[in-house]
Amino acid sequence: MQCPKCHAPMHTYNRNGVQIEQCSGCRGIFLDYGELEALTRVESQWTQPAPPPPAGPQAYPAAPAWGAPQGGHYGGHHRRHKSFGHMLFSS
Amino acid sequence: MTVLPALHTAARAAAHPRPHHPCGCAPHTLADRPDATVVRHAGTVAKAHAPGTDPAALTLRLATARALPGVLLAPLRPDPLPVHDRLVTFWPYGTPVDPDTPDDAPWEAAATLLARLHTSPAPAPLPPMRGPAKAARALARLRAAGPHPARAPVERAWATLPPWARAEAPMPPSTTVCHGDLHLGQLVRAPAAADTPPAPGPWRLIDVDDLGTGVPAWDLARPAAWYACGLLPPEEWSRFLTAYRTAGGPAVPPAGDPWPALETAARALTVQTAALTLVKALAAGRDLDEVEQAVVDACDRMA
Repeated sequence: MQCPKCHAPMHTYNRNGVQIEQCSGCRGIFLDYGELEALTRVESQWTQPAPPPPAGPQAYPAAPAWGAPQGGHYGGHHRRHKSFGHMLFSS
Repeated sequence: MTVLPALHTAARAAAHPRPHHPCGCAPHTLADRPDATVVRHAGTVAKAHAPGTDPAALTLRLATARALPGVLLAPLRPDPLPVHDRLVTFWPYGTPVDPDTPDDAPWEAAATLLARLHTSPAPAPLPPMRGPAKAARALARLRAAGPHPARAPVERAWATLPPWARAEAPMPPSTTVCHGDLHLGQLVRAPAAADTPPAPGPWRLIDVDDLGTGVPAWDLARPAAWYACGLLPPEEWSRFLTAYRTAGGPAVPPAGDPWPALETAARALTVQTAALTLVKALAAGRDLDEVEQAVVDACDRMA
């Protein structure tokens, strides 16, 4: 078919399963009946599944208000502080 | 006069009931502190309890351990034996948690045993759990030890506690059996049954001196305090808490924030730990290390 505006030939493209005609001259786009809705639907499906939340800071178990600032652990898991090792066993 | 030689003699006699039995066992002194002396002879442990221990209360605590052998290590004799001016109890030797590999700490076993203890009906009329009394004693020792710049935040934190947690009023009424002094030194592997191949026996709680009825959150409060002070890694605290909840422990709600239930006891244990570290640092004439400072800092944030 020819472009209704500049009469250059139009080429058919498939965009996400929707047939659209684009003018080879003025780059205008012709949509058949229902194709605009089809494109809108495709667009909403594209954005609907919310992107996964960005990997936030590690979730810590609840702690009291007077607790140490989160993440402020002394010695770490693999190199426990000797003094704490003693505390674990003391009355 | 030290009770140690007489305690070794008593342990030997308990380990080898036939008199004059020749014995090449090497006796071991496991602890020799003002509040307790503990020796081992072969598979028998003898403990001389603190001077002034009430014999009736100790006998009730021993009866509880005998009635709950799936939770507490059971004593070898039902009654304490007077040795000089001390009361002595006898126990099978159990293998303790290795202090050199605390990363292998049996948090799940500790939590499960506590949950079982807390859900067991008291088999005998028990005196109150002595946790708050021990916290108050730690503060008294701090006050007697002399001035220290970190004493003020510890005292301020102590003042935030309700009277029952400072042993100035009775605990809220409770029939829950509590250990009263849980830490990793209070777990041993019971001796395996004689007819089973050499394998580690099941974990059991030891030390009935502070056992009694009371607020069960006290038994979770040391791990809770260590976690709150930033000392116990979150994974280990989660393992302990999850195992306690999974076993149906009543000290915290089954889900959600456990801190409203733990708050008072965890504060008390944090203050008690801070007070005793200050006593030790004063006696040794040294500064606090970063772990001890973390406990004092937690007191400072309380008030």
